[in-house]
Order: sequence, then C-alpha cells, then structure tokens
Amino acid sequence: MWGFVMILRAENLSKRYMRKSGQGNNFYAVKGADLTLESGTVTVVTGRSGSGKTTLLHLLAGLLTPTEGKVWLDDSDLYALDDAQLSRLRNARIGVIPQGRSCVDTLTVLENALLPGTMYGGQADPDAALVWLAALGIESLAAARPAELSGGELRRVAIARALHQNPDVLLADEPTGDLDDENTQRVLRLFRDQAKAHHKIVLLVSHDAEAAAYADRIYRMDGGILKSD
Amino acid sequence: MKLSQLPLKNLTRRPGRTAALMLLTAFLALSVFGGSVVVDALRGGLASLEARLGADIIVMPAEAESKVSFKNLLLQGTAGAYYLDASALERVREVEGVGQAAPQTFLASLKADCCAVKVQIIGIDPATDFTVKPWIEQSYRRELQDMDVVVGCRVNADVGEDLRIYDLNTHVVARLAETGTGFDTAVYCNMATMNTLLKAAEDKGVTHRITSDGEEVVSAIYVKVAEGYDVGKVCNALNGHVRKATAVKAKSMLTGVADSLTGVSRTVALLIGAVWALAIVILLIAYAMMINERRREFAVLRLLGASRWRLGGLMLKEAALTSLGGGVLGVALAALLVFPFTTLIESSLGLPYLAPAPGRVLLLALATILATLLIGALASAWAAYRLSRSDPGNALREGA
Ligand SMILES: Nc1ncnc2c1ncn2[C@@H]1O[C@H](COP(=O)(O)OP(=O)(O)OP(=O)(O)O)[C@@H](O)[C@H]1O
Ligand SMILES: [Mg+2]
Repeated sequence: MWGFVMILRAENLSKRYMRKSGQGNNFYAVKGADLTLESGTVTVVTGRSGSGKTTLLHLLAGLLTPTEGKVWLDDSDLYALDDAQLSRLRNARIGVIPQGRSCVDTLTVLENALLPGTMYGGQADPDAALVWLAALGIESLAAARPAELSGGELRRVAIARALHQNPDVLLADEPTGDLDDENTQRVLRLFRDQAKAHHKIVLLVSHDAEAAAYADRIYRMDGGILKSD
Repeated sequence: MKLSQLPLKNLTRRPGRTAALMLLTAFLALSVFGGSVVVDALRGGLASLEARLGADIIVMPAEAESKVSFKNLLLQGTAGAYYLDASALERVREVEGVGQAAPQTFLASLKADCCAVKVQIIGIDPATDFTVKPWIEQSYRRELQDMDVVVGCRVNADVGEDLRIYDLNTHVVARLAETGTGFDTAVYCNMATMNTLLKAAEDKGVTHRITSDGEEVVSAIYVKVAEGYDVGKVCNALNGHVRKATAVKAKSMLTGVADSLTGVSRTVALLIGAVWALAIVILLIAYAMMINERRREFAVLRLLGASRWRLGGLMLKEAALTSLGGGVLGVALAALLVFPFTTLIESSLGLPYLAPAPGRVLLLALATILATLLIGALASAWAAYRLSRSDPGNALREGA
C-alpha cells in the first residue's frame, strides 16, 4: 500500500547524568539503546518508574543531546543538525506528547492545538483542529483555558495538538496515564489508526497493560537498559 | 491565530504578571525622566542667568554686601538700596578697554497691587543698554515711553493694564519670556520713569542716599570689554579709576550659583545613576524570575518546533511591549509630578530653574522610553540566552 518506509533509528544511545547527592553520582539514565522504529508500526516501551523511559523519548525527539550514540530519522542525523534545522524538522515531522502538563496557559484549548501549525507562518486550520478535539471528546472545551481543565482533559489536548500537527513520528509519554478506560481505548485506537491507516511511526511509553494489546513491538526499560520483550 | 500574536496574548491574559513588570519599568522611567528634566531645568536656569547678565564686568557701589545683594537680585529679585552717582558712568567709560557701559538703577517696590511679593524695579537706559534690551525686544519692539513698564513673566499684571507703584500709575506694555531667575519678578522701565519712581519712593521715606539736587543715580554699571582686552585687567583698572565703586567680573559673581548648581546636578545625576543601576538589577532579576517560572512553557514551544531564535524573538517582543508600556507610563507619571510642581521644586532648591522647551522635553521622554526598552530587551535577551544553553528536555521535566 505504501511505497516507502520511514525509519526512526537509535544507535548505541546513552545519556549520562551527574547526581548531586548519593554515591553513584555518575550514572546512565539510558545506556546503549539500539532501536529501530518503522512507519506503520506501534511500539510500546514499558518499565518501572525512573528506569529511563522519558529520557529515551526525549533523546528520540531531538530534545535532549545524548552523551553517546546517534538518532536518525530516515537519513537525517538529528544531533548533527543545527538548532534551526532540527527545530524545523521537529515541527514538520515529530509530534511529541510529553509527560505532564504541556499547554500554554495563556492560549485557549483550540489555540494550543493550532500552535505547531503557526510556528513557521503556516495558515491555522481551526476546523481541522476541531475535528481532532471532537475525536477526543473535548470539542466543547475549545474556548476554555488550560487552567480550567482536568488532568485527563489536558492530556487529550496535548494528544489532539500532536495529531493536528500531522507529523511522521508520534512520540507519546504515558498518553493514557490520566484517562479513564473508555478514553484510554479511544486514544489507543487513534494511535493505532495513525500507524496503520496513516503510515506513521508511533512510540508509546506506557505502564498500561491495555497499551500492550495495541502494540506491534514491546520493549522494557530496566535501569537504563532497553530490552526487547 | 498567528504565532506573532502570542506575546500580546501572554501579556493581556496574565494581567497581574504584566502589570507588575510594567510598574517596575514605570518606576525606572519615572525617576530617570523626572530627574533628567530637573537637571536640565537647572542647567537652563544657569545658562539663562549668564545670558541675561550678558556683561563681562559689573560695577557696583562699594558698600558692604553689595555682592551678596546682587546675587539675591539674580535669584530672588531683591536688591539692597545702594546707589552710585551717575557721574560714575563717565569715569567707567574713560577706562581703556571698556567697550560698552550700560547703567541700571534698582528700586524695590513696596507690596505692589499686583503681587504678593516685592517686585524689583529696574531702570535701564535704552540708548546704551545691551543686557536686557535684546531680551525685552523679543516681547516689545518699540521704544519704552515714560511711565511704560515691561514686566517679568511672574509679575501678575497683563499688557494694557496699569501697575501701581508708589502710588503712581505705570502702563504695562509687554511681558517677558521666562528665565527661571529673579528677573522673572522684575519690572523694567526707562531711566526717566525710574527717576520719577525714585522721587516717589523718597517722598515715602523708603530710599536713602538719593542726591538731593535731582542728579541721576545708578545701582550698577554693566561693562562689556572691548575686543582684545583682558577682562581681569580692565576690571582692575576700573577698581582703580572709579571711586566708591567695586568692579566685579560677572563670571565670579555667578560662580557661587554655578557651584551649588553643579552640586545639585551632581547629586541628582548620582541619584539617577543609582536608580538606574538598581532598576537594571531589579529588572534583570524580575525577568530572570519570570522566565525561570516559565521555563516549562518555553520548553513546550521548543518541543512544538520553535527554534532558539524564534523563541528568543517571542520573548523579546513580549519584553519590548512590557517595557514600552512601562516606559510610557513612567514618563507620563513623571510629567504629572514634575510640571505642575515646578514652582515648588524651584523654591525648595533655591536655584534658577528654567523648564526645558517642549521639544527638549519630548527628546528626554523619547530617550527615557528608548532606554527602558533597551533594558527590557537586554534582560529578555540575557534570559533567552541562558535558557537556550540547556536542552528543552531538561526543562520539560520541571514542574510538570
Ligand atoms: N536532569 C537530570 N539530572 C539528573 N538525573 C536525572 C535527570 N533527568 C532524569 N534523571 C534521572 O534519570 C532517571 C530516569 O528518568 P526518567 O524520567 O527517564 O524515568 P522514567 O522511566 O520516565 O520514569 P517515570 O515512569 O517515573 O516517568 C531517573 O532516575 C531520574 O532521576
Ligand atoms: Mg517518565
């Protein structure tokens, strides 16, 4: 159906941190991760709290300079690009749903969803954004401000924003963490649809057993080491 | 929704934060602009005093304290009642190096009908005068007739009205422009009028030592030194040649005024400097705190694809709008504080004070606003730079 395959690839990816307290003051949050993500597949990363999942996701998104290793999106070496190039590439091709709150609190829900599209002078398309808000059951909140929203609603705004951005890669950090069962199913179906019907690269960090049911591949993070399940 | 609208939305939708930063900036602009206007007015006052004096040497009666009373005339418009015989004028003109010599006669009024304070009446000789005549000519081009007077800007009498002095009616023919000195409460007339007024004053027993045979008297003779002559030497020659008189260099007369003026200007300049330094530090800290509090918000913009420069541009625009608003507000507040209270500032400083011309005020206002704009820009540029040195991934895990 699709004539080509897009690939996000990590090679010997490591991130070392200095801890100010404790004995092991020099430790790896992620160590030697090799990972290849192809378009059309859903990959799920699980693992205990503090095992390095968020760090891995930031590394893959070009948001955190690795201590060692490389990240490639097709033939672009992310960390070899300059800031302007990397930022533009992220805006065009990588949609990130970070852990925690990520709405600009001076913008309405709809404006937040439109934000990535306006970053490089593009035309805002509120109708298309509203379709995604509706798909996530929050279209009635379009004019609300983030401060008025619940945690689960904020989560869904971030998801709608990433979907409206229409990138090639979707990286979601515990996207269903604050959601009820019904919304969890709805969100996971949307991600799967993005991979299968829209040929995107989808990576979900999740503790949810249900997420595993939607996954093509499952990895486990354990103390910074990425293992195939 | 456009990205360029984001800074304005950030400002209007967080009014508390915006107001705090704007007020801080306004305080800076207020002190800088207000202080600059006052310093400028003091400098203007001294310059106008020098210009009004217009002479190199002043020859005065040798009586004690005449120098002191002359300074009082300059600043408060009061003078002692000491006189020279008019013949002294001839003696002055005999001295080599004297270019022009113009007599003036002073007479303090009783409380005139016009004014709450005594006014100083100054008789000039229109034929020889070079000190006040050019100034009077700015307001009144014709020859002063007998019993005509020209009034300083703070004498409360209008052109066309009569001004009663020692029970005599004089006609106000012109008002003078402001100088910020004691001359603003003076009344000018020709020598004939002056002699009539002196007689009237003498009849009331106000003045003394006026020659009985009606010979004219003068209070001071203003001397302009001829080209090529040294002011100091001419001054010494005058002191040797003219009896019962002291010749003083005009510059030395003003040094006392200029010294205290320099003192006040320096104090104000120092204060402005301190306020600047303080405000710069406070603003930098305020911006740093504000931006630190918003690290995650900025990291989200980076996550959505804003480059460092684009984000810096947004931060700069927001800071520029804030500091522009604050600067304009501060200048407006300063104008409300300084201009209506000019008289109060002047009397409490006891120095010549001449409010700068509107054009210059505008220039100072623009310079102040520009400066606050620059500080805002600098503060945000600095904060943006610090922010850009860390990966967005680090800021994203903060305060989630
Ligand atoms: N900037 C940093 N400096 C020092 N240590 C850090 C830093 N960022 C992360 N860490 C540490 O790295 C480890 C991995 O963090 P990470 O956020 O990737 O874990 P996680 O798997 O996402 O956990 P959770 O499931 O709780 O979100 C943690 O032990 C954390 O304390
Ligand atoms: Mg995490």
